[in-house]
Amino acid sequence: MSDIDARGYAHPEVLVSTDWVAQHLNDTSIRIIESNEDTLLYAAGHIPGSVNVDWTSDLNDQLRRDYITREGFEQLMSRIGATRDTTVIFYGDKNNWWACYAFWVFQLFGHTNARVMDGGRVKWEKEKRPLTRDVPSYAKSGYKASERSDAAHRAFRDEVLAHMQAGRQLVDVRSPDEYSGARMHMPDYPNEGALRGGHIPGAKSIPWARAINPDDGTFKTADELKKIYLDEKRLAPSEPTIAYCRIGERSSHTWFALKYLLGFDNIRNYDGSWTEWGNMVNVPIEK
Amino acid sequence: MAHLPLEKLNALLEAFDEFPDPADRTDMLLSYADQFRDVPAEVAERPFAESHRIPQCESDAYAWGIRTPDGGLKLYFAVENPSGISAKALAAILDKTVSGLPAAEIATIDTGIVERIFRRNISMGKGMGLMSMVDAVRALAKRALTTA
Repeated sequence: MSDIDARGYAHPEVLVSTDWVAQHLNDTSIRIIESNEDTLLYAAGHIPGSVNVDWTSDLNDQLRRDYITREGFEQLMSRIGATRDTTVIFYGDKNNWWACYAFWVFQLFGHTNARVMDGGRVKWEKEKRPLTRDVPSYAKSGYKASERSDAAHRAFRDEVLAHMQAGRQLVDVRSPDEYSGARMHMPDYPNEGALRGGHIPGAKSIPWARAINPDDGTFKTADELKKIYLDEKRLAPSEPTIAYCRIGERSSHTWFALKYLLGFDNIRNYDGSWTEWGNMVNVPIEK
Repeated sequence: MAHLPLEKLNALLEAFDEFPDPADRTDMLLSYADQFRDVPAEVAERPFAESHRIPQCESDAYAWGIRTPDGGLKLYFAVENPSGISAKALAAILDKTVSGLPAAEIATIDTGIVERIFRRNISMGKGMGLMSMVDAVRALAKRALTTA
């Protein structure tokens, strides 16, 4: 039994270790994808054979605040030489924020054959594993995607409002100061334009980083996660749940942890998050 | 012949302006990051004093300013985060373009150079830290002026 299998997760198959990735660098059935916040990192050195998927230019529509269409996803997957049978392995900086975000976007298109490398880029670097600046080239694949289907994984503002009014579970994964309204952005980050501070009424404050081991960015064991999310914060895995942050990247990380590691049946990510809620007219806010 | 204020820095900014393609700019930034050199031991040794830490910089960067006999201010940097590529690039750029200039000149650097150099390569978290590096350099220059 691997270390990941021994941690008691509901769906351990969605995580792979750095060891596993190192042993599969030449596996043609997988495609390793790096997704970062820092746009220089992939170019500075990446896991051999990995491709770069940029959260802004590759996953987001360049005009509307929305994700790419089916055609855009087909072009992306064809560019990286992935087929529907390809197992995509995500990793990245910031303890896999953007890796989980990309994983989440891929689920909107039904590419469930996806994994996240536990610990992300920082663990790979700390283990002094190889990095290269060689950018691989793969034959275009002609990927055919399903239409994007948001309903199971993504929550929109009106749904969040109804969810809140029904008293259902909301998880605010931002920093405590953002939750309290003391600040409207992450520490050391610019204010990206929210006019009001605070949180969605009824949301429980569980900063995303509580799910990881700070030394290497790996996820905590299922028992450790249950102590936080179930025992301390009294969340019920069987209840509909929505996670949010500022633009949906940190909450993708929590969405991943709750859905796959703790087995929450019905959890969605509100990517509008505080940059939408904190600017909307006449919606309730708590401080 | 007297040089124009911040002449090398301005020339470099103009060179960056000529490369609107993000891939070209990425290559240029990586080239500078590769030229980054850590603070020499005769200036500072680990563990570095907290007073030299650059606030808000998630790359765990430090800066020093040492006056030179000809009246200039030599700048030194350390970037402790191995993923701090942007911080290393900016530190190398400052080292090659403004280090050694008179403190009064260094004190006039504008934080707007960060946006001009990095453009779309500036990530959300990095921008504040990089501007903080410029602020730290200006503060070193101003301190050198007041203690001269």
